[in-house]
Formats: sequence, structure tokens, C-alpha cells
Amino acid sequence: MTTASMEAHIKDPDFVLRIDNLESFYGPIMAIRGVSLVVPEGRVVTVLGANGAGKSTLMKTISGVMDPQKGKIIYRGTNITGMAPERVVRAGIVHIPEGREVFPLLSLEDNLAMGAFTRSDGAKAVQEDLDMVFSYFPILKDRRHQQAGTLSGGQQQMLAIARGLMSRPKLMLLDEPSLGLSPLLVREILTIIRRLNREQGVTMLLVEQNAKAALDVADYGYVMDLGRIVIDGTAETLKRSKDVQEFYLGVQTDSQRGQKRWKQKKTWR
Amino acid sequence: MDILQLLVSGLANGCIYGLIALGFVLIYKATEAINFAQGDMMMLGAFITLGLTNTGYMDLPFWIAVPLAIALMGVFGYLLDLIVIRRMFGEAQIAVVILTIALGFVMRFAAGTIFGHEPQSLETPYAGQDLRFGGVVLGVDEAVVVIATVALTVVLFLFFNRTKLGVAMQASSQNQLAAYYMGIPVRRVQSLIWGLAGVTATIAGVLYASKGSIDPSAGLLGIKAFAAAVIGGMGSLPGALLGGIIVGVIEPFASRYVAAGYSQIAPYLLLFLVLVFRPHGILAQVHRKKV
Repeated sequence: MTTASMEAHIKDPDFVLRIDNLESFYGPIMAIRGVSLVVPEGRVVTVLGANGAGKSTLMKTISGVMDPQKGKIIYRGTNITGMAPERVVRAGIVHIPEGREVFPLLSLEDNLAMGAFTRSDGAKAVQEDLDMVFSYFPILKDRRHQQAGTLSGGQQQMLAIARGLMSRPKLMLLDEPSLGLSPLLVREILTIIRRLNREQGVTMLLVEQNAKAALDVADYGYVMDLGRIVIDGTAETLKRSKDVQEFYLGVQTDSQRGQKRWKQKKTWR
Repeated sequence: MDILQLLVSGLANGCIYGLIALGFVLIYKATEAINFAQGDMMMLGAFITLGLTNTGYMDLPFWIAVPLAIALMGVFGYLLDLIVIRRMFGEAQIAVVILTIALGFVMRFAAGTIFGHEPQSLETPYAGQDLRFGGVVLGVDEAVVVIATVALTVVLFLFFNRTKLGVAMQASSQNQLAAYYMGIPVRRVQSLIWGLAGVTATIAGVLYASKGSIDPSAGLLGIKAFAAAVIGGMGSLPGALLGGIIVGVIEPFASRYVAAGYSQIAPYLLLFLVLVFRPHGILAQVHRKKV
């Protein structure tokens, strides 16, 4: 399925983010080989794929931590390709990195304050958002004076999302929020992500290896392999797709045939 | 009384070591490099003040010269990072360390060329005055050292914990990548930390020069302050001050009670013991990353 067919699926083609033919290197390796995708306003879009598919590089290139070699990133009609990270954050895109990356020796509260670093709309507005964030993550409120490094993995993930929210983002880039969490916690975090999307109107671009969990919350999905988008479609379509089921959802119909199909499909590239 | 007198004079020296050590720790935390020019920045700050206020030079009032010198050295530190150190971004840490050693030499010879290599003393309004408490004699210069150190510590504490920029400096040094993701301009923050290191070095230099005399090789004191920083715990600001005070207090006691040739070893012997028994320093701030 192509971008054109996606526009047919989602009636409102009001894109927050449009990526055109992006190429990006991770060291000497070309990690992204001409990726094009769109993220419509107010939706949850997921990018699936195995380790090393180029998902994280894609996210880092959007948030400006890495510069692309070729291609364009258009955010709400503005070209943000190669823009410095602090300007990208000010523009309304926040990146929740893989592996949480909290400030370990700062208190939770100071971590959240750093999320609001780029804001200049006054202490009152920041305080209101702090209350909003605590209403989604009550556990963080109880521990707000604790050092972030002492939190459990799940709590650190919550803190990382909460810290990102403090920048008042229009678009949130979530890199593997389920990494290293128990299935129960994965469900909890993804439910909160969906709620934030519905209630706070934050558009989400969610990168996941856990395809099943991601497709449960997403509206639309892209599948990446070796730096390219190989399949895309609505979450429902992808869940039903034989290829996605076999390669990413771990559903095995007939392992012999599956292997053959896999080899056949390899010729995609 | 004798012991008290030794303690008091050691304390004043220790505060100066502590302030230089503070500069080491600030830059180490921000960039994970060690600035071996920190002692020379202290010397340079002292000479700039001297050049502004001494009668042979510009003859400005002391209380105008000091803030002016602090501001100049703050800008100097900022520009040093912006123009020189930042170009080493991505190079091995050892390259940055060697660069700072070279910069130290440059500062030493620059100061020697301008001010000469003879020791000079900084003219202060409080030179030569004494305070007496019972049998303990405390020079006003020594009292100023202690008071200024305490005041600077309080200001720095409030800055790092209560202001957005201060917390951002902590954040950038704890997790640089995350700081980028939060939109903190990490490189500018690092330059500001170099500026701050220039400020603390100048304050240390003014206090040092007002207590005795200063010559262009005074920066070698930085080695002792580095030992103090390691003793206190290389990642900890309170540790730097504590380490400085410990080294400062040990010195007069060692020279009083230990044979002359050996007393100089005392701070380094302590460094050795700390490294063996408490390798991260007394007030270590260690965070082991969990998987």
C-alpha cells in the first residue's frame, strides 16, 4: 500500500508530519534507504520492524539529533530537515528515546522541569501541565522528590513520557516504550499513550518491535526492514495481513511454507 | 591554642584549594575531561585583578577591579570552550586533557611576558589587618577567604538547585543525549560551564593573591587542588570543597609535626590512601546504570 492509498483510508489528510525519500547514515552504514511516510493530525501511527531495521535512526533524524543525507522532513508545512534539536522541540516535536534516558541524579520533579526547558509561557502554565501529567501518572506524584535513577524500569518509562509531555508537544516520537517491560506494564503504558492521544490531542509516532501491542493502539502502521518501508496499511489490515502475521506477529501457519514465503519475500528488496 | 591556630590557617588555604577543585569538578562533570589549566586560570584571574587594581598598573578601586576581572575571566572561559575546546568534540578524552595542559603553559607564559616572573602581591584594602580571638590570630585576609568561600558555595548551591539553567547544567552532565532530546542547548550550556569555571578560578586567584604573593607559575597549585578534587570525589561539588579543606588543613599539621622533607608528601599520601580504600572519593556521586 502506498501513501496515496493511505490518504484514501484516512479521510482527513491533515498531516502533522510528512517524510519524503529520507536517507540517513548510522556511522558508515546507510540505515535509512529512502523512507517516505505521513503522520496525520491526531492519530497514532506506528513503525514496526526488527532490530536494525532503521527505526531508531528514523526517529533521531526527525528530532534533529542526526542529520539526513537526502530527503525532506516537513512538519506542519515547515521544512525541519536538519534543524537543531532545541528548535525541533520548540516547534512542538518531542522525542522519547529508547531506553528512557532519564537524568538519574535529578529528582523526578527536576526531570519534569527539564522537559519544560524550552517553554517560555510562564510558571503557571507549566504548573497546570505538571498537574495534568500527574493525573496520568499518579505514581510519579508520590515519588516526585525521589532521584530518577532509583525508579524501576516501568516508572522510568512513565517519567520519560511525562517529561516529554511537559514540553507541550503536538507530536510525540516514542521509541520502543515497551522495551524491557512486563506484558502487564506494556499494556498499561500503551493504554496511557492512547489516552494522551485522545484526551490531550497529541499525535503519536510509535516505534515498536512488539508489533502486536503497537497495532492494538495504532490507527495506521508502516513496516520497516533494512532501512526501507516494505508494507503499510491500517492497523486492522496489518493485523490480518499474512506477511505481518508471519514475520512480525509470530503467528505460524505452516513453518515449512512460511520459510519459503519468507525467502520469496526477500526479493522485495 | 597552637592546634587551633594551625587549623585556622589550614582552613583558609584549604578553601582556596577547594575553589580550584570546584573548577576541576565542574568541567569534569560537564565534559568528562579534566582541565589541567584550571590552576593557571586561577593565576590568570589573579593577575588580571592585579593589573586592574595595583598602583603600578591601572589603579582601579579594588571593589571595581574584582567584579570586572571575574566578568572578564567568565567571558574568557566561555570563549575558550567556544573557540578551542569545542573543536575537540568527538576526539579522545586524552586529547582534550593534553590540550588543557598546553593551554596552561600558554597562560603561564602570557602572564610572565606581561607581568614578569617575579612574585607580586595584590593590593587589597584589608591587607595586613588582624583579628584576635583570645590567643588565636586570624588575618583579615584569611577571614575573607573563608567568608567568600562560604558565600560562593551558597550561591552555587542555589544556582544549581533552584535555577532552570543550573538544573539544566546538572542534567546535561548526567545524560547529554537526553538533554539534547529535551531541547537543552547542550553545547552552549557546556561553554557556560567553562565560563563558570573561569569565574570560580578568578575568585580563588584573588583570594590566593591577597593572602600572599602570586607569580606566573602559581598555577602549579592546581595539581594539589586536583588531588583535593579526587580525594573529595571527582563528581561531587561539596566533595571538592571538602577535599580542598582536608588537604589545606593537613599541610600545616604535617609541616609542624613531620620532618621537613616529608611533610610535602602528606596530601598525596592521603590521595593514595583514598584511592586505595575509597576509589570514588569521600563524597562519591556514583550512579551505576541499571540494565
